[in-house]
Amino acid sequence: MSSIEVNGKSYETDEEGYLVNLAEWNEEVGNYLAQTESVELTDSHWEVINFLRDYYNEFQIAPAVRVLTKAIGKKLGPEKGTSQYLYDLFPYGPAKQACKIAGLPKPTGCV
Amino acid sequence: MADENTPVAVAPAPTPAAANAPAKPTVKVKIEAPAFREYPTIPALRADAMIDPDPYAATAAHNEAMGFPGTLVDGWEQKAVAKMGELLGKYRSLKVYMDACVHCGACTDKCHYFIGTGNPKNMPVARQDLMRSVYRRYYTLPGKLFPKLVGARDMTKDVLDDWFRYYNQCSECRRCSVFCPYGIDTAEVTMAAKEIMHSIGVGHKYVNEIIGKVHKIGNNLGLPGPALENTLEGLEEDVLEDTGAAVKYPLDVKGAEVLLVTPSADFFAEPHVDSLIGYGKVFHAAGISWTLSSKASEAGNFGMFIGNYEQMQKIAMRVREAALELGVKRIVVGECGHAWRVAYAFWNTLTGIGAGANDPFAIQLQKQLDPNYKQPSHICEVTWDLIQAGRLKFNKEANDHRIVTFHDSCNVARGSRMGDYAGGQFEIPRNIIKAVANHYVEMSPDTTHERTFCCGGGGGLLTDELLDLRVKGALPRMEALNRIVQHDGVNFMATICAICKAQFTKVLPYYGFKMSMVGGVHQLVSTAIVLDNEQ
Repeated sequence: MSSIEVNGKSYETDEEGYLVNLAEWNEEVGNYLAQTESVELTDSHWEVINFLRDYYNEFQIAPAVRVLTKAIGKKLGPEKGTSQYLYDLFPYGPAKQACKIAGLPKPTGCV
Repeated sequence: MADENTPVAVAPAPTPAAANAPAKPTVKVKIEAPAFREYPTIPALRADAMIDPDPYAATAAHNEAMGFPGTLVDGWEQKAVAKMGELLGKYRSLKVYMDACVHCGACTDKCHYFIGTGNPKNMPVARQDLMRSVYRRYYTLPGKLFPKLVGARDMTKDVLDDWFRYYNQCSECRRCSVFCPYGIDTAEVTMAAKEIMHSIGVGHKYVNEIIGKVHKIGNNLGLPGPALENTLEGLEEDVLEDTGAAVKYPLDVKGAEVLLVTPSADFFAEPHVDSLIGYGKVFHAAGISWTLSSKASEAGNFGMFIGNYEQMQKIAMRVREAALELGVKRIVVGECGHAWRVAYAFWNTLTGIGAGANDPFAIQLQKQLDPNYKQPSHICEVTWDLIQAGRLKFNKEANDHRIVTFHDSCNVARGSRMGDYAGGQFEIPRNIIKAVANHYVEMSPDTTHERTFCCGGGGGLLTDELLDLRVKGALPRMEALNRIVQHDGVNFMATICAICKAQFTKVLPYYGFKMSMVGGVHQLVSTAIVLDNEQ
């Protein structure tokens, strides 16, 4: 197991840098994980991250890409409710990269 | 062959276009697509090109949850050799494959991973020899007496490391076996190697974590029932909004006629979900009652990828249990390549859903299932039958913005069939596409039908740490696609496999293509189908 250090505190991660103990996540950790992904977090990113975390707390899984785009579209306008918008924010894919930064487990399977 | 030699008009830059450039993932190697070749030739050898990165090892918890030792066991050398002996006795095919190869070389340049990487250990014959050399040492007289003379090797840690590395660089697609004069099936050798490795505590994280989720939650994604329900409700709203038709995406409905078992990626990912929307529209338009199951919320069966019969059976059994509980009359499998191979070729003996099994549950299921339909059926068979019966109407012009080609998925093409005639698995998906879209173009015949190339992500390799391998392994498919993109303006590659869809979405940008170029056959159906708008 690997670990990262943020503000003097150590956090356990898996081989790919996903947080092992999801409860340990906080905004500083999110910022740190975003740096490791070369993603500069803006308010738009945080909108997505916060939605992911809320959804995860309710359903114990990240939302489907379609659920995410729909929710973002409702909140920020239909032009932003597209997977292209999400890929622009999280180039390695909204499911995997955004989940990682939001401190959610990596979606597995044929995705 | 002719168009195999047709020069590519304009080769796109092999590096990603700036707009779609994927962020650098957190693996050590720099991932680059190989340049398209003007004339596909046998690549120059690049020894050890793919020794980094290795697949992530499964944790002890993942292995133990499946009943395997958590970590490498004491005395693993002897135990691995003994397990090999057990498999040689159990699977006569494996023994034949170990003995029959004459090293003619016909397979060498048929593997997409060899073509893309140039690593000689990715030649199918070399991959088989990783096991064959050990087989010779312990199970043939010359190998026991004069190992060096016959290329026999002891089972050492170096050999085991090579096994783990290179059997996890085989997608079990079986293209090489099409060209083998003896019909040696490298996939079966790979599966046996994985079975042996698991028996001594060596597994691959991606696959074993997923199998654990299937047993614990019901699907590869780990999508719990309430999330599934929420997602399906969302789809109903979307389709109603888009079409005005109240298409249902039912879950756990007892007494439905059809149980649809589909990869969980269909609930979660793009473009997969567009095919799921399409299945629902087909059932709606034909007036067939159907349901999904939260218990069998996954068609995929990664037990096949690791060659483990018990896991494969345990995963398949969920479908039988769901079918019995829901009292359905038909079982239909969605767009998933290896799931269809398991369903078509193995369900019969695994769970008795087909004919032949004689335990009380199988007998009950036999009575329950409708003999007028193939059990199980592929969703493409269902749709094509309905089209032929005139029960579906299409507005083909709705797909006029697309110039479509079809990528045959390896496990459907070489591991199964559709319809009641040889080659149905090739014709039926194409027939559907031609019934719903006006513009269709074939890729080079050396890369389609039974000669199709794997997408590069099959066999349990669809994982981020192997992205470099996946990008390189996609080269021959990308070359064939590029030719018709340049020549015919093709802008949509349809496929019937969740792995193909996810793999292409990820690797297309590395070759300068848009990720949205890939989609499902039922995505095209969904676009063109005319629905009765009354609720």
